[in-house]
Amino acid sequence: MTSHSNLAIEANGLVKTFGDTRAVDGVDLAVRRGSVYGVLGPNGAGKTTTIRMLATLIRPDSGSAQVLGHDIVAEADAVRAKVSLTGQLASVDEDLTGRENLILLGRLLGLKRGAAKERASELLEAFGLAESGGKLVKNYSGGMRRRLDIAASIVVTPELMFLDEPTTGLDPRSRNQVWEIIRALVAEGTTILLCTQYLEEADQLAEGIAVIDRGKVIAEGTPSQLKASVGSGALHVRLLDPQQRPQAEQLLDRELGGVTLDADPAALSAAGADPDRAAIAVAELSRAGVRIGDFSLGQPSLDEVFLALTGHAAEAAPTDDDANALPTQREIRTDKEQAS
Amino acid sequence: MSLNPTTALDSTTATDLDAVRKAISSTARPPTASPLSSALTFGWRGMLKVKHVPEQLLDVTITPVMFVLMFTYLFGGAIAGSTGEYLDYILPGILVMSVLFTTVYSGVALNTDLTKGVVDRFRSLPIWRPSPLLGSLLGDTVRYLIAGTVIIVLGVALGYRPGAGVVGAVAALGLVVIFSFGLSWVFTTLGLLLRSPSAVMNAGFMGIFPLTFLSNVFVDPATLPGPLEAFVDVNPISILADASRGLMEGNVDGSDVAIVLAVAAALTAVFAPMTTRLYRKG
Repeated sequence: MTSHSNLAIEANGLVKTFGDTRAVDGVDLAVRRGSVYGVLGPNGAGKTTTIRMLATLIRPDSGSAQVLGHDIVAEADAVRAKVSLTGQLASVDEDLTGRENLILLGRLLGLKRGAAKERASELLEAFGLAESGGKLVKNYSGGMRRRLDIAASIVVTPELMFLDEPTTGLDPRSRNQVWEIIRALVAEGTTILLCTQYLEEADQLAEGIAVIDRGKVIAEGTPSQLKASVGSGALHVRLLDPQQRPQAEQLLDRELGGVTLDADPAALSAAGADPDRAAIAVAELSRAGVRIGDFSLGQPSLDEVFLALTGHAAEAAPTDDDANALPTQREIRTDKEQAS
Repeated sequence: MSLNPTTALDSTTATDLDAVRKAISSTARPPTASPLSSALTFGWRGMLKVKHVPEQLLDVTITPVMFVLMFTYLFGGAIAGSTGEYLDYILPGILVMSVLFTTVYSGVALNTDLTKGVVDRFRSLPIWRPSPLLGSLLGDTVRYLIAGTVIIVLGVALGYRPGAGVVGAVAALGLVVIFSFGLSWVFTTLGLLLRSPSAVMNAGFMGIFPLTFLSNVFVDPATLPGPLEAFVDVNPISILADASRGLMEGNVDGSDVAIVLAVAAALTAVFAPMTTRLYRKG
């Protein structure tokens, strides 16, 4: 145990079964103190169940885990005293105001009344919620709710924070705010376990990533290792004149290979394009007289990661809301759907 | 490259990162809250909900008022010969009934709470485990008090005069609220076992409705057929109604009060740990 004191989380063979479903099927994790560790996977992969076990909300059926040096079953209270949880559903009380939520948590965590009030004001101010502190949370926007949620998690600064899909359903601006807050937390020394469906999010924030599918860790590594194993993203081109598409297809196939035609008669994509070669290919198109409306080079999506790692696509398709939150991924996803 | 809307907005974040950093580093962990303090904090949460959603109070006030008016003026003449006489008999009984009905809402509220993410946060806090439940029941007790007070005030307005005066009325109300506190653990258990708030509501009333009507709340059991009378006589709700009448009139039978307190204690002893365990398991 002491030999791993630099680990904030050490899980071995965690299993949780609900009825016939093995929601988590032998997950091992090792998370270094002071780092952000991403758990990446589609809906239903077992991310939330894993977090709930580590946060002592449910007991594993088998396997064991140490969180900050304490066993999650035998020393659950000691774990609870050091961690905080921001669940997938916003973990704040909708029927109270933002300020009341923060005071409530401050009091529950042992702050005296005055100190809890002061702390609530400080957090509201810091998270850009000072003006809405007196409004009921049910009237908050998604981004405000998430910020309050994170503020509630640091009323007393935790050593380890569980963040379950903190940006799902947020618009890009709110998402960036949440990312900035997460970076600030890490800079102050908090360890973060981040569950996400978005490779881009894990890439932006995490030092290490575990990809999880059907309750199992199927790949682990740094974001760059992971992306390297997947290959680059796809080049998407939309032409001004659909009649030029056969010509463009031929040309891109020669330059890059892996061309797919999109449902849009003026659009096509080439998978696995690295930026240099993509740039040359676009230049070639232009030189050949193919008129380009627009083009983009997307990051590999979670779908592509999954396809590369497992040979099957991520099963639970994200909702429209999720797609709106991340336009680059939606483009890729839509294109892929249309192509298939 | 296609336009990426995120980059344009990067500089306009509403959060002040320096302030966030300062806020993160500025809290030392205080000693954990005591069981009493955390339970009272949850009680405060219950009060805040009443403040923000005052409509909640409608069902604990309007329904009892309707019951008093309906039973007094609709059935009073038929059952007791005159509305005034029946009011004397029924008012302590309706006090019992309306407060007991309110306890079902404790289970409904808990069930509703469980569908929200905030419960996960409560369960991940280093607090005394029963405190969220105990606290919300303490908050509910205030609702019971309001429901009971409405009945008594209405009764007085209609001409009811408790023989033991204000002291008697307050004592009766106190006893009813204590019993309700015990009974509400049954409904919180139900609230954790059943799937939806409406299922809790249905099951709760399916139990409490016949139990209340098969008591001496509305009619003198002497008029009932033998087996039914035997049941009514041992029904704790009858005993509670008798004790309330006695306290209000100043001729209470001490053993009735003792039985009521014992039943409340027994319900708490059985169902409070059960509720806590179910809540813990999620």
